[in-house]
Amino acid sequence: MLKAKVHVRLKHGVLDPQGEAIGRALAHLGFEGVGEVRQGKLIELELDETDRPAAEARLREMCEQLLANPVIETYTIAFD
Amino acid sequence: MRAGVITFPGSNCDRDAAVALAAAGAKVVPLWHADTELPKLDLIVLPGGFAHGDYLRCGAIAARAPVMSEVIRRAAAGVAVLGICNGFQVLAEAGLVPGAVISNAGLKFICRPVDLEVVSTDCAFTAGYGQGQTIRLPIAHHDGNYVCGEDDLRRLEDEDRVAFRYVDNPNGSLAAIAGVLGTGRNVLGLMPHPERAADPKLGGTDGAAMFRALVETLG
Repeated sequence: MLKAKVHVRLKHGVLDPQGEAIGRALAHLGFEGVGEVRQGKLIELELDETDRPAAEARLREMCEQLLANPVIETYTIAFD
Repeated sequence: MRAGVITFPGSNCDRDAAVALAAAGAKVVPLWHADTELPKLDLIVLPGGFAHGDYLRCGAIAARAPVMSEVIRRAAAGVAVLGICNGFQVLAEAGLVPGAVISNAGLKFICRPVDLEVVSTDCAFTAGYGQGQTIRLPIAHHDGNYVCGEDDLRRLEDEDRVAFRYVDNPNGSLAAIAGVLGTGRNVLGLMPHPERAADPKLGGTDGAAMFRALVETLG
């Protein structure tokens, strides 16, 4: 059993109003010196797999087919 | 003209679409997201709503629903497919139209009538309008901001596949695009709701011409 973490992020240049809203809220709370804020997604999966390269290959397919939209998002895969 | 309207879990404009289609003379066939076989159809409609709660991304899970393999096959074979609002998001996620539909540039859910320019009349959906005509349809969305890559945008413009543009861009959409056609011109995705402007009781009838043109062209 492997535990994987997939981070999905909006590509640079894709508008992120949620990130902007978070940035403004931080400023309202008095946190200074905060620049750009971007919000992504973390998807955690348990895989019935012990071989890391095989797991990574399967996760890539999952990302390409569902978890990330390649038009607007990029992804990274990490293991616990 | 036989029009199938797909209901996904969370679709809420399926009945309105069926009513507008029936009023235009179509025989409406209700379809279910888990259907793997479809009857003979002249038009397939993906209605508005919040399929799968917009979980993961708007339209993402619906685009991978069992029924979509057959919808994609039919689209490739030339059957007309109309995606309205959430349906447009599903078409983009399924690759039946280019690009993606993301969060509105402001942070608000926008719910009001907007003026649209009919950019292309070269398809069954817009054959009932005049080129350059301004029509008024309601929008009701939080994630209606159309984006696509430079190459896709160039292709859309060169091939006359931008169907509608907002006269006054409400949501930040690239090139004020409100609706686009797939490469075969038989698939249309648009964010505004023609079915909500298809009866005088609804406050507008500019959408009726789309359904009438579909019945006349595909019937």
